[in-house]
Amino acid sequence: MVSVYDVVAAVKDPELPVITIAELGVLRSVSTKEGRVTVTITPTYSGCPAMDAIRQDIRGALAKAGHDDVEVVTQLSPAWSTDMISESGRAALARSGIAPPTAGDPACTHCGSGQVLQISRYASTACQSLWKCHGCAEPFNAVKTI
Amino acid sequence: MTPQPIELADDALVAAQRLSEWVSRAPTLEEDVALANIALDQLGVARLLLQSIGDEDELAYRRGDADFRNCLLVELPFGRSRGDLDFGWTMAWLLYLAAAQHLRYADLAEAGDGIAAKAVKESAYHLDHASQWTVRLGDGTAESRQRMQEAVDEIWPYTHELTEGIRERWLAVVEPVLKEATLTRPQDGWKPDGGRKGLHTEHLSYLLAEMQALHRAHPGVTW
Repeated sequence: MVSVYDVVAAVKDPELPVITIAELGVLRSVSTKEGRVTVTITPTYSGCPAMDAIRQDIRGALAKAGHDDVEVVTQLSPAWSTDMISESGRAALARSGIAPPTAGDPACTHCGSGQVLQISRYASTACQSLWKCHGCAEPFNAVKTI
Repeated sequence: MTPQPIELADDALVAAQRLSEWVSRAPTLEEDVALANIALDQLGVARLLLQSIGDEDELAYRRGDADFRNCLLVELPFGRSRGDLDFGWTMAWLLYLAAAQHLRYADLAEAGDGIAAKAVKESAYHLDHASQWTVRLGDGTAESRQRMQEAVDEIWPYTHELTEGIRERWLAVVEPVLKEATLTRPQDGWKPDGGRKGLHTEHLSYLLAEMQALHRAHPGVTW
């Protein structure tokens, strides 16, 4: 028996589809009252364009599991930070070639070298930065620490 | 002095629209992505603030220029005196703007505002980005230095309205960056204002015409 929470928690982030919204720390809570499911989420960045897609995906996943009465609430406070990414989420990011957030420079996701250079503090999404590895000369993305 | 939410919202909304002019036209691909992301951050904050005030679409797309409460600085065209997009000019503009937004959001976040608590982290990145470019271009070639000095001078008068109530703290952020960039801190003189009262430059009207055209032609349209 899959719980309502599990259904929502398994929804993938549309921009980082290797990680679930629960692992990313975007999912705050799921509650059920008199047949209505209330899901509370928090945006990573205030302008994150994935939020609309996440809302839709949550509704879609719940509809498949037989829940049509769904409310998705956005909660800003406490503000999301990269500390909210779970250990399994960090591992999933690293496996897919995206360096998880770190206090200092990230290690290269291709060869593990610490000799890296930040090319741009903004990358393909607002939450990532772009790096180059001096060891293997390959570029890689890292999740920015905020 | 605490700014009204509509003032911060309009600053962010107009800045987002201005910044989006750089999309596909920045000097490098990385910078194109950076400016688009900064525009997106500004738009995100603007949306959250407008939602806290009323109907975001109504507020963004149906108000006329005299109803906007943004400061004049954000509506200035990038590279005003040169007639086309000017990257150094834009970085000077972003330095001034991000330094002010960062202070405002930090104050509000400390007072428990959830929107500001998110925005303050993002504006720190914007400030850092603009600071690095200001130093790189100011302390760069003879031409980049001259153009950066012209830009910081040209925009300076508009910073008085931007920093009302936080001037000293704002100077404490901006002056060290100008110094590191080997630029001369502009003298205070002319202090244009009026944006907070709805008295704007003609530049805002053109910006809004572009931003609002689709919604006005097709009210309530969705993708």
